[in-house]
Amino acid sequence: MSQLLEAFRLARLPEEAEAFRQEVREFLATNLAPAAPAVRARTWMGFDAAFSRRLAERGWVGITLPAQYGGAGLDAFRRFVLVEEMLAAGAPVAAHWIADRQSGPLINKFGSEAQKDFYLPRICRGEAFFCIGMSEPNSGSDLASVRTRATRVEGGWRLTGRKIWTTNAQRSHYMIALVRTSGTPGDRQGGLSQLVVDLSLPGINIRPIVDLTGDAHFSEVTFDDVFLKEDALIGDEGSGWMQVNAELAFERSGPERLYSSVVLLDTWMQCLRQTGFSPADATLIGGFTTQLATLRSLSVAVTTKLARGESPVVEAALVKDIGTEFEQAIPAAIEAAVAADPTRAVDADLHRTIAYLSQISPTFSLRGGTREILRGMIARGLGLR
Amino acid sequence: MFTEAIEAILVDQCTPAAIRAIENGGSATALWSALAESGFLELMASEDAGGAGLDLEAIFPIFVAFGRHALPVPAAQSIAARALLGEVAAPQGMVTLAGHARRADDGSVSAGNVAFGAIADHVLANIDGQLVLLDCARAQRTATGIRGSLAASLRWTSDAVGAPVGGNGEQVAVFSAALHAAAIAGAMERMFSMTLGYCNDRVQFGKAIGKFQAIQHQLSVMAEHVACAGVAAELAFQAGEKIPPLLAAATAKARTSASVPLVASTAHALHGAIGVTEEFDLQLYSRRLHEWRMADGSEAYWNRIVGETMLAHTAPSVLQFVMEEIL
Repeated sequence: MSQLLEAFRLARLPEEAEAFRQEVREFLATNLAPAAPAVRARTWMGFDAAFSRRLAERGWVGITLPAQYGGAGLDAFRRFVLVEEMLAAGAPVAAHWIADRQSGPLINKFGSEAQKDFYLPRICRGEAFFCIGMSEPNSGSDLASVRTRATRVEGGWRLTGRKIWTTNAQRSHYMIALVRTSGTPGDRQGGLSQLVVDLSLPGINIRPIVDLTGDAHFSEVTFDDVFLKEDALIGDEGSGWMQVNAELAFERSGPERLYSSVVLLDTWMQCLRQTGFSPADATLIGGFTTQLATLRSLSVAVTTKLARGESPVVEAALVKDIGTEFEQAIPAAIEAAVAADPTRAVDADLHRTIAYLSQISPTFSLRGGTREILRGMIARGLGLR
Repeated sequence: MFTEAIEAILVDQCTPAAIRAIENGGSATALWSALAESGFLELMASEDAGGAGLDLEAIFPIFVAFGRHALPVPAAQSIAARALLGEVAAPQGMVTLAGHARRADDGSVSAGNVAFGAIADHVLANIDGQLVLLDCARAQRTATGIRGSLAASLRWTSDAVGAPVGGNGEQVAVFSAALHAAAIAGAMERMFSMTLGYCNDRVQFGKAIGKFQAIQHQLSVMAEHVACAGVAAELAFQAGEKIPPLLAAATAKARTSASVPLVASTAHALHGAIGVTEEFDLQLYSRRLHEWRMADGSEAYWNRIVGETMLAHTAPSVLQFVMEEIL
């Protein structure tokens, strides 16, 4: 058997992490306002700065960051539990999500002491929201072809170019952008660096992009000769590609790649309990249940590797690819099941939740790397590339 | 340590040639004796009764190994039978399991599609919730007519049906399903490594076919399903338990079975025509995957049990149900 598959052995969350789950549930019971399922289904697309600040007051923003910066310093297992409980409840976590999951850990790993002292406490207080500037109009999956350029000038950098599909740029304070600091797009990975950009600076224009559900969660950001100070550079000049891959490993390894449609699954379960169900309904929801139990076990196996200090990049890609398939299958199958009999009325809340997820679910296998990118990574892990 | 010892016996005795011989009606005695005489059938029996007292977590890799080697004798069933029988002594010879035997009005008992029914000496059956030991020498055996299959349907007249030996008949189908889940996981491991190896070796258009992206992506998806099947099977085999719990076994059997079509068809597609030949070993596993998917109920059966249980439950979310009742 390949080494990759050997990583997937059944693992359990330690008892401390399960005890921590109770604290999270208590917090959510008092701090999460009731909301319709179609709203809760937005979870990590749902932006609520007030909720993020309450979470920060509880000490749970910057959950993996060191205590000296105000972080919770939680291990990978507790992070798993916190994220799992918030997503399962449909908590609106988008405001602090990127900073908590990616930007904070990135700064902590590659940033200077001054950068850590400045940004990390703000992240942990829920005062600094981040977005990630990766994709560009002509650079999506082929991320190494980015053209946005920062040129060294007296005292700093001049930044010119354009980022697109940037989640919540219009509501964030900072962007960590992958930009070219030397060479040409033909040089590929070489000459790329990561810069932190204060989005209130002159020369920055942010245009929200409305999606098919009516939400505007992503946007296009234009940089027109924006002056950045010297200390905008995160890590080493020219190390952007390596850093961005480390960052994507943070992004792909959590349980958030299983739970995007569980609010719908729960809503449908409640409807079936109230209205009765056919054998086909029971088989279908039972199938999603056995699949969820399996995928969560895979995700815990990845978390166990993270907790041991390993970097399970390929394992995480594997779980994300099959996890998003599960997330996309749920609205597709429930849509068919509830309309199996056109003479029966469909619960309005359930209907809206199905519609939202059916419409938005194509993004599940785009964000954080497309299927094709992930399958290429798995193939490399299998020694095929 | 048991796993290594059994693996050594399997490598030595359970060769593709030996499997084919037994499938073609040859004697299974040599292979069976190698396992039985080493005491491996007593792995789950209590230490007081001279067994090794293994729990499900410890026995799991052995059941997977049986699947990985396409073992053509009911060693897994015979080991499980000893756990199901508890204090009752197991009979000599090959014991297999029948989770859904039925008693007719005339008192006769029939069990359809019993795994290893064609060669077993005894069947430990569930009859209306009762645990009953049945002697195959007194059964009418009807072969399935499927080439190479060792399953058979069995029927006993009422005078051949003894008194129940336990009240835990319901556990037979659950344990048998869990065994088949582990076997599926093992056979999938083998098919995956055969397929990966083949794609690295087979050259077309001047390069190994594994260098083509279309092939790579199929192997990646196959790996995802093999990983799912392995972890799902393991769910039924938890530490400290002797008998798999119903919903964990249901999850294991449903999820492993659900991946059978994709894993078997991808393995065959990537092997090309050689893969469906009798002489190439891939078929030893793919035939079994399909048989095991149907054994004790497919995903259609077990998912429905899980679904109905959850809908009758009070857990407020699917995740909470999964955490409380399955994991």
